[in-house]
Amino acid sequence: MKITRAEVEKVARLSRLALGDDELDALTGQLDAILGHVEQLNELDTDGIVPMAHAVPLENAFRADEVKPSLGSEKALQNAPNPVDGCFGVPKVIE
Amino acid sequence: MRKHYEVVIGLEVHVQLTTNTKIFCGCSTAFGSSPNSQTCPVCLGLPGALPVLNRQVVENAIKAGLATNCQIAPRSIFARKNYFYPDLPKGYQISQFELPICEHGHLDIETEGQGERGGHQTIGITRIHMEEDAGKLLHSDDPTTGSRVDLNRACTPLLEVVSEPDMRSSDEAIAYLKKLHQIVMYLGICDGNLEEGSFRCDANVSVRPWGQEELGTRAELKNINSFRFIKEGIEYEIDRQIELIEDGGEVVQETRLYDSNTGMTRSMRGKEEAHDYRYFPDPDLVPLIIDNDWIETVRGILPELPEPKKARFMADYSLSAHNTDILTAEKALADYFDACARQHKDAKACANWVMGDVQRRRNDEGISVAEIPVTPELLVGMLERIADKTISGKIAKTVFEEMWTSGKSADAIIDEKGLKQVTDTGAIEKMVDDVIAANPGQAQEFSEGKDKLLGFFVGQVMKASKGKANPGMVNELLCKKLRG
Amino acid sequence: MNLIDLTIHEMQQQLADGTTTAVALTEAFLKRIHATDEQLNAFITVCDEEALAAAREADAQRAAGNVLPLTGIPVALKDIFVTEGIRTTCASKIFGDFISPYDGTAVRKLKEQGAVIVGKLNMDEFAMGSSNENSAFGPVRNPWNSDCVPGGSSGGSAACVAARQAAASLGTDTGGSIRQPASHCGVVGLKPTYGRVSRYGVIAYASSLDQVGPLTRDVRDCAIMLGAVAGYDAADSTSVDTQVPDYLANLEQGVAGRKIGLPKEYFIDGLDDDVKQAVDDAVAKYRELGAEIVEVSLPHTKYAVACYYVVATAEASSNLARYDGVRYGERVDEGKGLIDMYSQTRAAGFGDEVKRRIMLGTYVLSSGYYDAYYLKAQRVRALIRQDFIDAFEQVDCILTPVASTAAFGLGEKTSDPLQMYLSDIFTLSANLAGICGLSLPCGLSDNKLPIGVQLLGKPFGEAELLQTAYAYEQASDWQGQLPTL
Repeated sequence: MKITRAEVEKVARLSRLALGDDELDALTGQLDAILGHVEQLNELDTDGIVPMAHAVPLENAFRADEVKPSLGSEKALQNAPNPVDGCFGVPKVIE
Repeated sequence: MRKHYEVVIGLEVHVQLTTNTKIFCGCSTAFGSSPNSQTCPVCLGLPGALPVLNRQVVENAIKAGLATNCQIAPRSIFARKNYFYPDLPKGYQISQFELPICEHGHLDIETEGQGERGGHQTIGITRIHMEEDAGKLLHSDDPTTGSRVDLNRACTPLLEVVSEPDMRSSDEAIAYLKKLHQIVMYLGICDGNLEEGSFRCDANVSVRPWGQEELGTRAELKNINSFRFIKEGIEYEIDRQIELIEDGGEVVQETRLYDSNTGMTRSMRGKEEAHDYRYFPDPDLVPLIIDNDWIETVRGILPELPEPKKARFMADYSLSAHNTDILTAEKALADYFDACARQHKDAKACANWVMGDVQRRRNDEGISVAEIPVTPELLVGMLERIADKTISGKIAKTVFEEMWTSGKSADAIIDEKGLKQVTDTGAIEKMVDDVIAANPGQAQEFSEGKDKLLGFFVGQVMKASKGKANPGMVNELLCKKLRG
Repeated sequence: MNLIDLTIHEMQQQLADGTTTAVALTEAFLKRIHATDEQLNAFITVCDEEALAAAREADAQRAAGNVLPLTGIPVALKDIFVTEGIRTTCASKIFGDFISPYDGTAVRKLKEQGAVIVGKLNMDEFAMGSSNENSAFGPVRNPWNSDCVPGGSSGGSAACVAARQAAASLGTDTGGSIRQPASHCGVVGLKPTYGRVSRYGVIAYASSLDQVGPLTRDVRDCAIMLGAVAGYDAADSTSVDTQVPDYLANLEQGVAGRKIGLPKEYFIDGLDDDVKQAVDDAVAKYRELGAEIVEVSLPHTKYAVACYYVVATAEASSNLARYDGVRYGERVDEGKGLIDMYSQTRAAGFGDEVKRRIMLGTYVLSSGYYDAYYLKAQRVRALIRQDFIDAFEQVDCILTPVASTAAFGLGEKTSDPLQMYLSDIFTLSANLAGICGLSLPCGLSDNKLPIGVQLLGKPFGEAELLQTAYAYEQASDWQGQLPTL
C-alpha cells in the first residue's frame, strides 16, 4: 500500500474537500494505483540532476513600480456570493 | 526563579514596504481608501490572473540586506505557501522559502550593562525574504454575523526579517527591534508605523536551565504592535514558562496572542490545526537573478546608515556619543542637524539648538521633522547673528519663537523688532553710570566685597537696555567702574 | 460552397472581395451551432448577440478600410479563457454564474485582430481529462460518431471546428489537450512552445505545463491563428520575449532535406493497427517529399506519465485553492463555520476527476512526501527535456502517433483513471519538455474515425513545424475531410 485510508482522509481535510465514505474508499484505491505507477520514477538515478521547475529556462521578469488602475470595489465584488458593506462576507472567523 | 534560567529569544519582523504599488500587481498601496477599491484580478486571486514582480521591492530588499550585513543571493526563488484563510485570496501566499534573497546577516546592539550580557551584542540575521501581505479580516461585535474581508492590503510587499535565537532578554530584543526599525527608516523603505502594522513583530521565546545545551520549547507571540507591548509580552511569557517548568509542567510549542489589556499571553491552541504548508516553487514566477552590478548599484544609492553617521558626527562635529545618539535616532532629525552644521561653523551650537528648542517645540506640536517651520537655513541665519553678537542667546529665544510662528528670517525679525544687541561702548557706559548712580547703597556694599551684587547690577543694566546690551561688555564695564 | 465550410484564408478572400460579410459568416455559424449543438454539446455558452454586434463592427471597420487578419472571422473559445462580460465556467459547477471583469491576453488579441467570438466551448472540467467526459455540462460528442468521445480536454474546441460551428477555436494543452482531441476529430491542433502565448487570463490547471494554442481546419489557418495570439506579454512572467515570425511567410517551403526523427520508444506494441498504418503512411509520404527519416531515441519516455501526474497535480492542487466560495463562485454554507463552508463548497463544486487530482497533488506536496514525489518528478522532468535536446541535435522534427487508438466510445475508459492517464503517453512529454507540437490528420480508422500524426518541434520552432505539416497536408488525401452531420 502506497497510501492508507487514514492518509486519504488527512489529505481531504488539507484540501478542504468534504468527501463521503464511498468517495474516500474509491480514492484510496485509485490513488494507491497511481502512486504505485509513480513508484517507477525510483528506477532512475537522479542524483545531481537539477530539478526543473519551468518548461523553458527563464529568469528576471519585472514590472516598474507604477500605479495602474484598479478594478474598483464594485467590479471586485460583482461575483461575490455574500457581499457585505463593500466586503466579502464569510462565516465568522474566531481568532 | 529567573536566575536559574536562561532566556532565548528569536524575532521575526514583517516590514511593510512603502512602494507605490503592490508586490505582484499595479494596485496602489496607499492607506485609507474604501474596502476592496484597490484591487485587481491579480490581488483578488481571480481565475486566470498572474503575478509579475515589482522591481522596486527587489531593490528595497537588497537595500535591507546590505544594511544588515547580509549576503545577497545571486539566485533566489519565490515559493507558494499553501493554506486556506479568507484573507488569502489565492489559497496560497507567495513568499520565499528555500532560496531567500538575503542570508547570513547581523546587527550590533547596545544594552545597559547588566553583568556579562551588558553592553555590546551581535545578533545574527538568519534571512530576509520577500512576500505578499494578506488582506484584512474585519470582525463584527455581533456574534451572530459573520466576518468581512477587505483585500486592499492583500499583495502589498513585505520583507520578513528572521533573526537567530541570539537574544537573552527582553531588553536585547527591544534594542534589536529598535535598531532594525531605525535602519528601515533610514533606508526609506518602510514608514515604520507599529500601530498600523507597518512594522510587525513575532517573538519566539523559550527558557532553559543555565548550562543546558539544547533550546527549550518555544512559544511564538504573534503580531504585537508596540515596543512596550513586545517587552511586556516577552516578560510575561518568560515568567509563565519558568513557572510552568517549576511546577513540573512542560512548555507546549504553540502560537500565543498577547493581550495588551491584561498584559498576559493566551494560547491560540485548538483554533488552528497543524499546518502543512506544502511549499513549492511558484511556477508563475521565474528565478530572480541578482548580479554584482545590481548589488553595487544599490550599494551606491544607499543612504548613510546610523553607525557611519554617528561616527562622522562625532569626528567632524566633535559631538559627544550621547548627543550623537540623540541626533541620529531619527534619520530626518539627523539630516536636519547635518544641514545646519554644514552651514554653520559652531556645530555644538547647532546640536544644542536642535536637541533643545527645536525638539521641544516639535514635541509640543507633535509634528514630524519635515513639518518644522524653521528650516535649517532659518535656524542657521539666527545662529550666525548670535555668533556675530548681533543678538544675545537670550534674545535668540525670542527670535526663534517668532521664526517658528511667522516663518520670517532672523534678520527680518531683528530689524522689525529692533532686537539688535547694543555694542556701542558709549551707550552701555552711560547706562552703567546711570544704574550705579541710582543705586549708591549697593555700589558701596559691592566695593566692600559683596561680589554677589554684580549679578544685580548686570540685571539692572540689561533691564535698562531692554535686553539688548551685550552682556559681556556690561559685565566688563560694571567691574571696571564699581571697583573704581 | 456553404459559408461554414470555408477555411479562414478562404473567408479572408471572400470578405476582401465582398463576396460575403462578417455578419453573413457569423449568422451562418450561429445557425449551424443551433442546428447541431443539441447533438454535439460542444458549446457551454453561445453569444449570439455579442457575436452579431462584433460582426457588424467588423464589417464597419472593413468598410472604413481597417482590415486586420481576423476581421470578421467567427471563432470560439475553450471555456477556460476568461471573457469580460460573458460567463466563464471552466466546465465546473464551482464557478456558478461567474463573469470575469477582464479579458485575458489571448482573447484581447483576438478581439484586437477583429475576430468575432461566437461562444465558449465545452471541455473537461479545469482541463483535466482526455475524453471530455469530465464536464459539469455533460460530455461532448465526436462529430464523426456521436457514440464516441471527441478527446480532451479541449473536446469542444476540436469538435466545433470539425463540425464547422466556428472557423477556428482556441484550446489549451497541458498534456495533450489540444493535440489529442484534434487527432480524434480530424482537425489541426497546435501546442506552441511554453512561453509563446500568454497564459494571462487562462484559468490555470498546471502552470508550468499549460499552453494556449489554436485548433483549425487546416495548417494555413493554424499559422494565421497562432500569429494572432503569439507574443511576449508583460502580464505573464513566463511568457518569453522572442520575436514572433511571420508564420505564413515560408509556409510552402517544403521538407526536402529536412530530417524527421522517429523515436523508437513511441512505436511500441499496443498501437492499434490502423493507427500504426496511418502513421507509417505519413512517414512514407514524408520520405517521398524528400525528408530524411531517421530513428532517434527518447529514452525516458516511459516515465513521462508518472512524472506528469506528479508535477501537474501538485501545481493544480495549489492553483485550485482559490475556488473557496469567498470572492466568487457557488458557495455552500450550512452555517457550520468557515472550514465547513470551504469543504462543502469545494466538494459540491468540483467533479470527481478534479477532486482526484487535487488529492493526488496535495499528497505529493505534503510534509514527508515532497522529496520522494515532487522533487523526484522535477528531476525526471529535466531528464525528459534533455532527451529532446539531444534528439534535436540530430533531427529537425520528431514524428509520432498522437494516441494509440482513434476516438474511443463514451464511458469506455471512465472506470479506471490510471488507464486513462496512460493513454496520454505520446503527448505528455512535449509539455514536460516545453517544446512545440502539432497534431495533423493522417487517415481514418477502420471505424471511419480520424487518426492524427504528431509532429514535435524545437523550442520556438513553430514556423518550421507548420511548414513540415503544410507539406504533408498538401500532398495527402486528408485535406478537407469532414464529418457529415
